[in-house]
Amino acid sequence: MPADGAEKAARTGMSSEKGDPGNPPLMPLTMAAVGQRVLFVRAEGGYGLTRRLAEMGLTPGEVLEVINCGRGPYIVSVRGGRLVLGRGMVHRIFVRPV
Amino acid sequence: MADGRQITVALAGNPNSGKSTIFNAITGGRQHVGNYPGVTVEKKTGRAVHNGAELRVVDLPGTYSLTAYSIEEVIARNFILDEKPDVVIDIVDSSNLERNLYLATQMMELGAPLLLAFNKSDLAEARGLEIDAEKLSRLLGVPIVRTVGHKGVGIRELLEAALAVAADPAAASDRQSLPHYGREVDPEVSKLAEMVPRKCRQTGRDRWVAVKLLENDAEAIKRLGTIMPPEELEELLAAAARPRRHIQSVCGDSAEIILADRRYGFISGACQESVRSSVETRHAFSDRIDAVVTSGLFGLPLFVLLMLLVFQFTFSLGGWLTGQLDAAKELLAAEVSGLFPAGADSTLRSLLAEGIIEGVGTVVSFVPMIFLLFLAISVLEDSGYMARVAFIVDRFMHKIGLHGKSFIPMLIGFGCSVPGILATRILDSRRDRLTTMLILPLMSCSARLPIYLLILGAFFPRRAVFSVFGVVEVSNQALWLLGIYLTGILVAGVAARLLRGTILRGETGSFVMELPPYRMPTVRGVLVHTWERGWMFLRKAGTVILAAVIILWALTTWPKLDEEHARRFEAQRVAAESQLPPGSVQAEQTLRAIDAARCEAELEHSVIGRIGRTIQPVMAPCGFDWKITTALIAALPAKEVFVAQLGVLHAVGAGRRAEKPLAARLRAAYSPLQGICIIFFCLVSLPCIPTLAATWQESGSWKWALLQVAGLTAMAWLIATAVYQIGSLLVT
Repeated sequence: MPADGAEKAARTGMSSEKGDPGNPPLMPLTMAAVGQRVLFVRAEGGYGLTRRLAEMGLTPGEVLEVINCGRGPYIVSVRGGRLVLGRGMVHRIFVRPV
Repeated sequence: MADGRQITVALAGNPNSGKSTIFNAITGGRQHVGNYPGVTVEKKTGRAVHNGAELRVVDLPGTYSLTAYSIEEVIARNFILDEKPDVVIDIVDSSNLERNLYLATQMMELGAPLLLAFNKSDLAEARGLEIDAEKLSRLLGVPIVRTVGHKGVGIRELLEAALAVAADPAAASDRQSLPHYGREVDPEVSKLAEMVPRKCRQTGRDRWVAVKLLENDAEAIKRLGTIMPPEELEELLAAAARPRRHIQSVCGDSAEIILADRRYGFISGACQESVRSSVETRHAFSDRIDAVVTSGLFGLPLFVLLMLLVFQFTFSLGGWLTGQLDAAKELLAAEVSGLFPAGADSTLRSLLAEGIIEGVGTVVSFVPMIFLLFLAISVLEDSGYMARVAFIVDRFMHKIGLHGKSFIPMLIGFGCSVPGILATRILDSRRDRLTTMLILPLMSCSARLPIYLLILGAFFPRRAVFSVFGVVEVSNQALWLLGIYLTGILVAGVAARLLRGTILRGETGSFVMELPPYRMPTVRGVLVHTWERGWMFLRKAGTVILAAVIILWALTTWPKLDEEHARRFEAQRVAAESQLPPGSVQAEQTLRAIDAARCEAELEHSVIGRIGRTIQPVMAPCGFDWKITTALIAALPAKEVFVAQLGVLHAVGAGRRAEKPLAARLRAAYSPLQGICIIFFCLVSLPCIPTLAATWQESGSWKWALLQVAGLTAMAWLIATAVYQIGSLLVT
């Protein structure tokens, strides 16, 4: 059953983005290494981008794993599927290490 | 179910779900292909009869969701809203359940009488997924049937279930569970649902409209505008804006993100209870392949090698088949000509043999090459490799302001620009789409190949340059061709940058793409996909090009030579026949020369010859005389006509028998530099008329098509002029 808003906000650390002890700080997805599992917090981009990501399964609070990060786009694993995220987008996606 | 009633079945599903195989399995492949009204999105309909009920099956465009994000999504959604199908079958890829069920939840919100086909169920099992379909069906409140589309497994059961749903669509929608949106959102949905117009409540869509209002869905608001007065709509939108702000402040994300999240939450909840799997085993195999295929070290070389293989396959096998078809065309033209009395100046004979058979035949002779390229592309697509290609080339495409996905339509463009332009639909951003569409004709299509081969044959006789392991010999012509194709790509890059820096300025659209797991392409699937693209080319050849060829034929035939001029040629013939021993080689040659000269004079006298002569001064800086200019104009409907026209203009006649003498004539008449200029001009210039029509349709405005013609022609002129002028300086 879906977690309700307050719970999810706590999980993603929405209310305290500066980072309190025990809650690792936010970082752009570009900082994540291959094989690392991170929590998707938010994407900085227009209405279209965030929505598109959400529809492809990348919603706030979702755990994703970096599969490939070459010089170009990233491949991440979300909800058992694989998504290619363009380089420009990877800079605008903020995550928190799990 | 009353017999004789027609039932409308809509097929929906994600792009990789195997929807077309299910469609074919239900309809037996008998289909009618048309367009959805007002747009060029293909609409496939088919018929089937099951248990005495007649089914009309409509294949909706493949989409990931039903938000009005792309034309396809709007079409799928509006079809369900407006045509109210008796049953909607959502084809779900069971090996990628969560992503695929997202569309299903949106269908349920819409109140569609839904039936789920869990397709590729064999694949899901092979990947260690145990799906308790009965339990999942209970949790969702939607019937589920397992299918294996390409083997026809479960199709009977699917139709059975479809009839059951269609028997009472309203009851089917009522049984469906709906996602809970959580305690902040649910009450807002209920409140808004009470405010929507009564008409929506009668159709049971009040809740859906409320959700769309919270999502601020422009398309849904537009629809509301048609059923309620503006001031009431204004009020309703204001009422929706308040909870939107509230949700944003409480949940930290906009309402549409929260709603998407809750839908996924609903799906995961249901799947957790009914699906057992180790999620990672499903991708283990694909990931192992990807470790090599998408790696920084091997990815690119492997891709280049595969592309070389694809083109080698297309050109060698396709070239041979094209030669066969050409020969058949010549034979047919000769046969048809033979039906008419010898020497008779019949307009009908000329129209049939020189107009229709020659023109359409030339176009059709490219079919093998185009189909073979599309066959190779289909294999790459169906296996899942094409998505990797988009990943690999992304960083290069970024340099020209596009992203990896744009490469796929461009690759198709090497076969024929028209399906390439249609394939730009996979791009999300309109700016990306327009840029890709406009530069697409620079991918040298197979129709341009004969032009290159003629010119290269005339000026750069084939010789081996080097050989690879003593097996494959690389000729100078092959290197020339590679250079020509690469030049096209280079010019495309420059043009794309120019466009992105000026009229299509803006950020590169966001690049999100699903990476499907690798799978073995099926023969049937590959053939169907090849046919779908190839058919587009054939259809254009049968309509636009046929019409254009007839017009062109008229322009090259009229006005006829005046009587005196014609009589002079007659007199020459008579004189030659009486002076030379009949049947001798010399007599034959002389007679042929007279006929050829007549042909040339007739063409110069015709409308097209006059146009060519008028325009020639403009083309002089490129090193083109009136004959080349005329042939270029004649090649407007289809580039391949250039060769035939040049043949006629150089008085050797058209067709295969004319090729050798034509090359000799060209060598005598022009310099190699002029030859190169012809190649460059044809590479860059004037897309053919079907391409322009496709750009017009797909961009939604003739202005883009006009820009395409003007831009490409201007570039072609500049390039050819630069090459000719600088080349002339160097030569002297």
